[in-house]
Amino acid sequence: MLSFVLRRIALTVPTLFALSFLTFVAIRLVPGDPIEVRRGERGISPERLEFFRHELGLDQPVWKQFLDYVWGLLHGDFGVSIISQDSVLKEFLTLFPATLELSLFAMAFAVIFGVPFGVLAAVRRGSVFDHGLMGIALFGYSMPVFWWGLLLVLFFSVTLDLTPVSGRLDLIYYFEPVTGLMTIDSLLSDQDGAFKSAILHLILPAIVLGTIPLAAIARMTRSSMLEVLEEDYVRTARAKGLSPFRVIGLHALRNALIPVVTTIGLQGGTLLAGAVLTETIFAWPGVGHWLIESIFRRDYPALQGGVLLISTLLVLVNVAVDILNAVINPRIRHGR
Amino acid sequence: MALLEIENLCVDFETRSGGLFRAVDGVSLTVEPREIVSIVGESGSGKSVAMLAVMGLLPKTARVSADRLAFEGANLMGISPAARRRVVGKDIAMIFQEPMSSLNPCFTVGFQIGEALSTHLGLGRAARRARAIELLDLVGIPSPESRLAAFPHQLSGGMSQRVMIAMAIACSPKLLIADEPTTALDVTIQAQILELLVRLRDEKDMALVLITHDMGVVAETAERVVVQYAGRQVEEADTAALFRDPHHPYTAALLAALPERATEKHLPAIPGMVPGQWDRLDGCLFAPRCDVATDLCSRVEPTRAGADLGRALCHTPLVAGRPTRRADAEGVPA
Amino acid sequence: MVDDVILAPPSPARALWADFAVNRGAVGGLVVLLTILAIAAFANLIALHDPMEQFREHVLQPPVWAAGGSWDFPLGTDDVGRDLMARIVFGARFSLFIGFSVVVVSLAVGVCLGLASAFMGGLVDTAISRVMDLIMSVPSLVLAIVVIAIIGPSLANTIVAVTVVYMPRYVRIVRATAQAELAKDYVTASRAAGSGAFRLAFVTVLPNCLAPLIVQAALGVSDAILEAAALGFLGLGAQPPTPEWGAMLSSAREFIQRAPHVVTLPGLAILVTVVSINLMGDGLRDALDPKLKRS
Repeated sequence: MLSFVLRRIALTVPTLFALSFLTFVAIRLVPGDPIEVRRGERGISPERLEFFRHELGLDQPVWKQFLDYVWGLLHGDFGVSIISQDSVLKEFLTLFPATLELSLFAMAFAVIFGVPFGVLAAVRRGSVFDHGLMGIALFGYSMPVFWWGLLLVLFFSVTLDLTPVSGRLDLIYYFEPVTGLMTIDSLLSDQDGAFKSAILHLILPAIVLGTIPLAAIARMTRSSMLEVLEEDYVRTARAKGLSPFRVIGLHALRNALIPVVTTIGLQGGTLLAGAVLTETIFAWPGVGHWLIESIFRRDYPALQGGVLLISTLLVLVNVAVDILNAVINPRIRHGR
Repeated sequence: MALLEIENLCVDFETRSGGLFRAVDGVSLTVEPREIVSIVGESGSGKSVAMLAVMGLLPKTARVSADRLAFEGANLMGISPAARRRVVGKDIAMIFQEPMSSLNPCFTVGFQIGEALSTHLGLGRAARRARAIELLDLVGIPSPESRLAAFPHQLSGGMSQRVMIAMAIACSPKLLIADEPTTALDVTIQAQILELLVRLRDEKDMALVLITHDMGVVAETAERVVVQYAGRQVEEADTAALFRDPHHPYTAALLAALPERATEKHLPAIPGMVPGQWDRLDGCLFAPRCDVATDLCSRVEPTRAGADLGRALCHTPLVAGRPTRRADAEGVPA
Repeated sequence: MVDDVILAPPSPARALWADFAVNRGAVGGLVVLLTILAIAAFANLIALHDPMEQFREHVLQPPVWAAGGSWDFPLGTDDVGRDLMARIVFGARFSLFIGFSVVVVSLAVGVCLGLASAFMGGLVDTAISRVMDLIMSVPSLVLAIVVIAIIGPSLANTIVAVTVVYMPRYVRIVRATAQAELAKDYVTASRAAGSGAFRLAFVTVLPNCLAPLIVQAALGVSDAILEAAALGFLGLGAQPPTPEWGAMLSSAREFIQRAPHVVTLPGLAILVTVVSINLMGDGLRDALDPKLKRS
């Protein structure tokens, strides 16, 4: 098992290397003077130009620039944001917990509802449950995320005044962030109503972000279950006289979940992409929002660093999914 | 009292086009305790479907009907699912053709055997483990303790089938239905598995229904034979009698195709194929492929002959190889 | 006795349509999609006004069913007085055009790369696969944003960006199915009969890879429409005053309380279009997938 994990992690190295190459090339392709692109200043005087050119290493040959870039990455230097003058990595890490919290709740929402929906639809194939649940899944899948968010805000926040419109917490509360996860921090802060405020702020964005993964998971679970239910070993389980709950919930589901876990993992990419949109709508101070702001403010170093960091994250999530897959499916473990 | 009584079992499947496809048409069978009965026929003869119907393992699109379907005198038709689950897996067990895919790949051998033990016999953990080892030993698996933690994909075909058998006999069933248990296995392993099944019948006081398409297997193992063609039962007799003097032309053709009985260089294969969903016709279903079919055969469906003629479904059953008009064939136009 | 005697199996084309038509949702989706295509095609006949024309006296007018609405502007007007119905109807052209363009280009490039990968194997395969993996390791919208950052925001560039993001899927499908087919005997037979590589790839193998490809293409149109709308919403796609549905939602955000119709209606247009395509795509998948067939 350990060798499998190590092998899998080792496989990410070329991908990460290629990613760094991608971002290295990308920022060079942005139109405009490279120094202006990276420093954000316009109309720089010739002396400062030389200074910057040297500082940015632009007077070196390209391959050396790339190596320096990679070397910098390995030391945590992802560039300096033009706007904040802060290290890109630092900005990312400050904002990341917000995105993480949102993503976790969104995924939890998606799995908690998605898997049972799919199982129910498969077991009651062709029934009103099946059509109904898959109809819901279809709509969830086809929804433009940003519109869905606006719609929910319109309904719950504006019309019903149930949930707040934006942000992570009511302004009246303030406490030092411990984990960066508002739900946990608010519990730790011991302030009355802070936790409730955190949860209320989280509900709508989590539902919006989790809708597409929910739909994808429900559909995948259903089709996977349908396939598994036809398998010989399910027939054997029934032939043993096991109760339907056991046959479906244990024998079938365990096997059916294998592609579902992969789907859940693949939704990681959807979540990160969706976070960009969701955070924009709800003014959620996470990395997605920050990325969009960067592009409008022409903060290209932040964009470059941010893209690299987000993609690295996605790669690591995929590794985790593969490892989880191996845990669930013994065949992969043994190299079959 | 007969162990298993089946009378006029019919199974229809709902098809996409809206009609019904009759996969099993009027099969009747009685199995006595400790008997070995074989159901033989080509693919598409409905032999598996009939037994799956007995076990209640057919999909929802199947409609099962029978004049009588009873196990140990108790009716199996229309019983509640819970009542059925108390019998299936415990008193009647079934093993299938593809052992490699019939075991759940996510759970160990020990777990899967233990399930049957805990569900029907309510054994505790230690007892389950001990009994599982006993069972694996009984089916001839070497070093059984080390096999308990094995996953199905780590086993060979023959081993998988042995594990399936161990699982099936875990609760000492009175009837074991084996659906083509050796078809997917090597020839050398086939003999071992069949031997195992017969030995288990002797040791565990169990009846055995052996579904196969291999007449050689039938000759070696079965005491009574039922021959099925295209969902219909075409002949039923004791093994020795069947082989000595087959009454239905299909049975005769099957026997003639055995290598052991070859008289010339070319084996007499039966021309044509089993009629599928779209090829059902009037008259006898075997007529298009039958050597001795007459005009009558393609027009009128045959009725069943008497027990002395193997209850053959034929207008002119063979006696000593020659088609004979039946004494009870009244009012049937020539 | 048997209730119904069906005497002959249906022909393949009829069988495909029968399988497809059993799924009433799929047929419904097809009908709606064709309607939308018709609306887009005949936009200038259907729309009552020019989508760019601003009617300063009728800013943020509600749709006809709400108080203050009129049949002059059946779906109301936006924040600068443009007829919403006209904008939505013309917007269909853009969204559908983007969707289909992305898929056509992705298919063309994807098929070539996928076949090259499967047939040539070795270094070519590794190179192509690695690049595709790389593209897929960046979240879709993020990559699209990067591409737009480089080539600038516009409608045409939206097509480029979305194509880059979605192309790997097609390459993967073609590569996987082609590899599976290459191992089969009929390919060896064709080779033995003297087929050249080109003929082998496009005439012999490709037709057998079509089923999953068709399904992916159908669903790819809806993915592309959503992605393009997302870019439009972020202001990175078609620029104002182009009546692209996503962009319309972007400028409408601030009016969500005052005039919700400016937000709900364009989004609804996207939803209906995407749902109908997905329904149809699902129906296609079910019809083409033999595993899910019943007797």
